Amino acid sequence: MEYFAPATVGEAVARAETEPGLVRFLAGGTDVLVQLRSGFVEPDLVVDIKRIPGMRAITAENGGWRIGAAVSGAELCRHSGVCADWPGVVEALELIGSTQIQGRATLVGNLCNASPAADSVPAMIAAQAMVAVAGPEGTRDVPVAGIPTGPGQTSLGSGEFITSVFLPARGDGGGDAYLRFIPRTEMDIAVVGCAVSLRVDGETVVDARICLGAVAPTALVVDDAARAIVGTRLDEAALSDLGAACSAACRPIDDKRGTVAFRTRVAGVLGRRAAAIAHDRARARTSE
Amino acid sequence: MALDDAATREFKVVGTRPVRPDGVDKVTGRARFGADAYAPGMLHGAILRSPHAHARILRLDTAAAKAAPGVKAVVTRKDFAEGQTGENWNVLENIMADGKVLYDGHAVAAVAATSVFAARDALKRIVVDYEILPHVTDVDEAMTAGAPVIRGGTADNSVPDSMHPNVVRFHENGHGDVAAGFAEADLVLEESFRTEATHQGYIEPHACLAQLGPDGKGELWCCTQGHFVAAKTCASLLGIDASQLRVTASEIGGGFGGKTTVFIEPVALALSRKANRPVKIVMDRTEVFRATGPTSSASMDVKIGMTRDGRITAGEGSFRLQGGAFPGAPMEFTAMCAFAPYNLDNIRASAWDVMCNRPKQAAYRAPGSPMAAFAVESVIDELCNRLGLDPIEVRLKNASREGTRAAFGPRFQRIGLVETLEAAQAHPHYTAPLGPNQGRGVSCGFWFNHAGETAVSLALAEDGTVSLSVGTPDIGGSRASMCQMAAEALGISYDKVRTTVADTATLGYNDVSHGSRVTYASGLATIRAAEDTIEKLCARAAAQWGIDREAVVWEDGCARPSGPNAGDFEPLSLAKIASRMGRTGGPIVGHYEATPEGAGVSFATHLVDAAVDPETGATKVIRYTVVQDAGKAIHPSYVEGQYQGGAAQGIGWALNEEYVYGEDGRLQNPGFLDYRIPVASDLPMIDTVIVEVPNPGHPYGVRGVGETSICPPLAAIANAVSNAAGVRLRELPMSPPRILAALDAAQTDSG
Repeated sequence: MEYFAPATVGEAVARAETEPGLVRFLAGGTDVLVQLRSGFVEPDLVVDIKRIPGMRAITAENGGWRIGAAVSGAELCRHSGVCADWPGVVEALELIGSTQIQGRATLVGNLCNASPAADSVPAMIAAQAMVAVAGPEGTRDVPVAGIPTGPGQTSLGSGEFITSVFLPARGDGGGDAYLRFIPRTEMDIAVVGCAVSLRVDGETVVDARICLGAVAPTALVVDDAARAIVGTRLDEAALSDLGAACSAACRPIDDKRGTVAFRTRVAGVLGRRAAAIAHDRARARTSE
Repeated sequence: MALDDAATREFKVVGTRPVRPDGVDKVTGRARFGADAYAPGMLHGAILRSPHAHARILRLDTAAAKAAPGVKAVVTRKDFAEGQTGENWNVLENIMADGKVLYDGHAVAAVAATSVFAARDALKRIVVDYEILPHVTDVDEAMTAGAPVIRGGTADNSVPDSMHPNVVRFHENGHGDVAAGFAEADLVLEESFRTEATHQGYIEPHACLAQLGPDGKGELWCCTQGHFVAAKTCASLLGIDASQLRVTASEIGGGFGGKTTVFIEPVALALSRKANRPVKIVMDRTEVFRATGPTSSASMDVKIGMTRDGRITAGEGSFRLQGGAFPGAPMEFTAMCAFAPYNLDNIRASAWDVMCNRPKQAAYRAPGSPMAAFAVESVIDELCNRLGLDPIEVRLKNASREGTRAAFGPRFQRIGLVETLEAAQAHPHYTAPLGPNQGRGVSCGFWFNHAGETAVSLALAEDGTVSLSVGTPDIGGSRASMCQMAAEALGISYDKVRTTVADTATLGYNDVSHGSRVTYASGLATIRAAEDTIEKLCARAAAQWGIDREAVVWEDGCARPSGPNAGDFEPLSLAKIASRMGRTGGPIVGHYEATPEGAGVSFATHLVDAAVDPETGATKVIRYTVVQDAGKAIHPSYVEGQYQGGAAQGIGWALNEEYVYGEDGRLQNPGFLDYRIPVASDLPMIDTVIVEVPNPGHPYGVRGVGETSICPPLAAIANAVSNAAGVRLRELPMSPPRILAALDAAQTDSG
């Protein structure tokens, strides 16, 4: 196994592209190193991107935020601008692992690990976040939802890696939230996750995006759930419809972490609860 | 062995909370655990394990592994001694399969190489052809006609011929006439319960460093609760003399019963003998889950009758425990503990030990008792609910007291169950208001406690300090309590004593640190060894003063003339006598060897408040109070720690911990991510109340406290959760999907 720590994006792409064996990109390493030590993967080349300029930066861009691929959870969760605009994304990332893990774990790592249960992915998808992908053909922008294709699988090609996440301008009346269900209170993996991002005009929801995690091979955007609340003041009937739509959309599996029936049911509960939180946040943002 | 004067004695050191002697080593990283041993020329061992739950080994070819780079030895079953009998045969069969693998994770071969990576790579070159056999992992299924036979002919003569060959032992106890008792009752309830296997979950994986020469002389450093037993077992499995194998116990990162036997130690010794080099083996967490002992899973039926005013008229229980692919599930303890807290005229308890294709169970904190309490105390709670009775009043009404005859035979001596119930009743927790979706649970629990073979040696240094050697590894703070008891008995200060866990060449045989026996038995031995030392100190003083030994007494750490008639001499302190001992007769060493009798039984009462989210089935323990009889708390902080630890492990067992098997018989969750022990944020601060009803069998009144604390939690939490959810939970763990399903079922029933 070769460890390579390039100084530029170009170097990283060039080396990764020519590697005939298995390549893993390393940012925080909270997934890659665990998989490596357990013998789950045996990469031939590990490309550590942390030394590339910009990978650790959070910068304002077009009213939104560009977050480097190696920005840790601890750094992001202390960034007042991102926390104010996208509290749902921040709380999703913050749920991952322990304090120690937060010092290393990244949004991009969580995305590229492509676990169906990843916490930050539904939140980023609900936020309509984009990622910048560098590769042999240059750089392209891709919606977050376009990256995971199945458990452990991504759409990234040979020599390609993600250099940053872009969270768009939040604007007035916007609020998001993420909730997950775990049997413990922390240090666990989502049995169900749900992110809601919405916009209000007064109390009325004018726009919404709802995304479920751990109930399908990839995070699931539930348009029916969004439709159930758009145009409402998020009253009980709307919430009930939202919950039913979330449950109806689930395509989960039975496994050691939860049953199909449980996941389906709890997806609806979390959808209702997350929407209520996002709605409160959106209204608070309006009144500012 | 009479209680000296514990009830009235004014203690100076016992009962205080001095700084623990092992604390600095542990927080600075200086403490040496199992994996912290190194030797020149050391090799690293790795073990190949079966991926199948049940299979015949058709071919086992190690030639390519032997030829692999860095490999110095490969061992299989034929490298161990033949002719093992009894439990030694079971242990050998468990640590290295012979012809047939019996569970996912069963060892089939091992390699020693110059690095961990070389050893692991070599394992991949071992060729094993398996013929996969049908398997069974559920205790009830394993007893059913047609279930795969794991090992025919294992059953002992307690088992009726008509039973499936997987049923290997039967036990029953009781007295009175249960049918007549049930006829007297106003309400009789019979319910069925299940508990899943849980692992002890110690943080330190098994680790050892072994050196064994072709001459049969060896040394072993290992993480164990009992190095004397490890020496005895390993010597037998390797075919060497027990006294030629010196075993040293490392610092231990938790055991809870799971480190009372051997797993990797004989394998490391066999590899070392073959390679003629020291061999170290360190298990990873997956191996710990797959191949070391969880506790048994259980399936139980309990029937109890009660009168309208809360008198229990009869209790009957059937307890079926599986202990993996070997005999030994602690089902007799389940049957014996089940009704022990209650003074009943009519009891019948029956128990079956059943083999399944799972790892060999190992002791886990009061083995067999927690599940018994879960079943019995749940039925009592339900009876109280239906009859509108207060759960503590009912327990007080039926509580075992001094003289109560236990179902398993003996009459209890002085015990403290009633005192724990009264303390729980008086505790503010019991009357605190509950919020919506919250419930309260009460449960009692019982454990026998054990004494066992014990030897200690107490040596004086010339500067008046004391070196105490014990043979019981310190798994719960025993070095501190031994220092306290030695200091108390000798009349010196705590910091003048250092307690060391001595190796097997240094002391007489010591039983394992189990059965909550250490503070009781090694403590008793320490006090007696101190008294033996005092005898010798007084003799030296008498000789110096030229008076009779009988004219010298030991008070406040000094030899003194017994009265004016004995003469007028300045008291001689321990330090003063010790400073001259080289010239007055040589080294002064006190010792004591015995198998004491009188490890007083122990009872506890737990109170729990739990909140249940009716929409998700999520449970949170919001308040927890442990009330337990310690006899006498030597170091109260450690006693409280034992109470809290038992409750914490019980919370895990009750709510989320379980061995999950797939259809293929493979363990699905061999890691701490999906085997969910509670994390700190899952637990409330666990409140403790130490009740002290002195044990007449210990000089200072000590009862063991380590195990009883895990007996009530499963039931207390189940009662709290059931009362919060409004539906009785009869299966552990009470995971959120299970709670939601129970709520749904209740709604369907009532709707």
